Order: sequence, then structure tokens, then C-alpha cells
Amino acid sequence: MHLAYPAVLAVLLFCTGLYGVLARRNVILVLMSVELMLNAVNLNLVAFDVWLRDTLHAGQALTLFTIALAAAEIGIGLAIVLLVYRNRGSSDLDRLRDLAERADDADAADRDPQQPDTKAEATA
Amino acid sequence: MLAAASPGFLSPTGVEIAFLLVGIVTLGAAVVTVTTRQLVHAALWLVVALGGIAVEYLLLTAEFIAWVQVLIYVGSVVVLLLFGLMLTKAPIGRSPDADSGNRWAALTVAIASAVALVWVVVDAFRATWIRLDTVQGSTEVSGRSLFQYWVLPFEALSVLLLAALVGAIVLSRKKGEPPAASEASATSTPSVIAAPPAASAASAASGTSAAPAGGDGDTAGPAPREDR
Repeated sequence: MHLAYPAVLAVLLFCTGLYGVLARRNVILVLMSVELMLNAVNLNLVAFDVWLRDTLHAGQALTLFTIALAAAEIGIGLAIVLLVYRNRGSSDLDRLRDLAERADDADAADRDPQQPDTKAEATA
Repeated sequence: MLAAASPGFLSPTGVEIAFLLVGIVTLGAAVVTVTTRQLVHAALWLVVALGGIAVEYLLLTAEFIAWVQVLIYVGSVVVLLLFGLMLTKAPIGRSPDADSGNRWAALTVAIASAVALVWVVVDAFRATWIRLDTVQGSTEVSGRSLFQYWVLPFEALSVLLLAALVGAIVLSRKKGEPPAASEASATSTPSVIAAPPAASAASAASGTSAAPAGGDGDTAGPAPREDR
């Protein structure tokens, strides 16, 4: 098989995931797109490992590690998403703007409602 | 390997045709995943995309990774994503605000990077040929290389999975409890039972993140628990 087939498929999957990460608004859909990007990388690793016939099978071992890391990442990510949803009542990325810089200075209005939230997140 | 010895693109082999067809299905499912407006359908199309990638692994003779992909991704990660969708009260029908306002910028970036990367990859690997005559990723070969050369990273990974498990439990505890993060690993079990929906998802999450260590080999099981 030509190496170009899996390489091109991996590139297209990665760019699909890139579009999803940039364009989606729900946090869980963004996590799905991240999974697509990770899978594209895994496909590249397996294809190059089979091509190079590595005696250590570094590509396949790294693929297994990446799959395990992706599972850990999705667990932690969903815990964080659920925590944000419990605190804010929304999983909309466009509305989580507490760390954004604003043109108009609304510090006095923001600081007081933010205080219990940040404290709760720090202690939770 | 050699440019002169590699066959052309105009006479594809059977494996290449199968790879191409499964690849088209996979790519179509991925595109539907990132563009559909129904959130639950996106998760279900993600199953198709990940299963297609597992078939591609099989065609590349990496069968162990294909079954790990089916077990971990299709079996548990998608279930976790569905849990997350349900627990954040995602709308079941069409949701008009699934895409944010910068989708045209995102489309521009994605198409530009796709064109650039496809151009570079095709230019670099146009004449590269993978010989698929021997199986490169059977369970025996993968297990031998994993436990002969990659034991230390494997154990480090199991410790990382334990940290992720404890972290997910600590993150999803209820608010009113005393902030005893240091003894979270000791008191985690009763709090998971006591706490309603989010903690159950987190225990499912931690169960999944423990799954790859158990799936990869049995030696990963006792190692982190001795640390605790």
C-alpha cells in the first residue's frame, strides 16, 4: 500500500477536527473534535510504524499510550465540564468569558459575583 | 522504500481499494460529526468515524491496536461523551447555536491547513510503499515490544491514570463538603456513592481511564495501588 493513503487520510481527519475545535460552541462537541485529531495522529503513528518495520515498535507502543492518555483526558475534561455546568448552568464556550479582557472596565461589577465562584472552584 | 520499485497509483491493489472506501466513510462520518446540529447524532457519528479508523488499523495489519481502539474509544469514550451530553442537559432535537460565530474563519483555517498539509505529504511520500506481507502488530508482537522495551513508560502511564482517576473524583465532589483535597483518595468512595449525577459520571470516567491499563496488561493493576 502507498504510504500516501493513510497519511492523506490522517491529514484530512486532523483538519476536520481542527475545524470542529474552532467552530463548535458546546464544550463536549469540542472534546469530540479533539478526539478526532488524536485519532488522526494515531493513524499516522501506526502507518509509519508499519512502514519502517521498527524492531522496538515505537509507533504502536506510542499509539497505545496515546489512546490511554486520551481516555484520561476525556475523563478529566468531562469532570471539568460538569463542574463548570454545575457552577454556571451552561456549557457554552462563548459565555465563559471571565478570563477575557474587556474594552470597557467592568471590574467593580465583576469582582463581587466572581469571588464565590473562584473560591468554590479552588476548593472543589 | 525505493522510488523505482513502487507501483503506480493507477493500478491500486485490493487493500488500497478497501482502505480508500473505508477512508471515505470515515472522513464523511467525521465531517458530519463536526457539522451536525443534533448533539447526540454527533456522538453517534463519532462512533462510525472511530470504528472506521479501527478498520484502517486492521488493514495496516495492526490488529491489537484495532481491538484496543474498539474497546477504549467506541466502547467507553463515546459512552462517556454521551453521559456528558445528558448530564449537561443537551437539547435532543436540532440546536441552532451549535456553531459559534467564527465558523467561517474556522473553515478558512481548516481548508488552508488541509491544502498545505496534503500538498506536503503527497509531495514527500508519493513514491513510498508499505509492504504488508507480514503482520506488524499482532498481539504477540505488541505485547513483546510493550513489556520488553516499554515497561517503564507503561508503569508511568498507569500512575498517570491513577492521578487522572483521583483528579476526576476530587473535581466532581459536591460543594458543601470540607475541602480536604489531601485525603481525597482515602475518602473518595463514600463521597462518590453519596453524590448524585455528576459524581456517578466521574466514577464512570475514572472507570474508563482505568480501563486501558487493565486492557493493556494485568501488571498495571496492582502497581498504582501499592503507591497509594
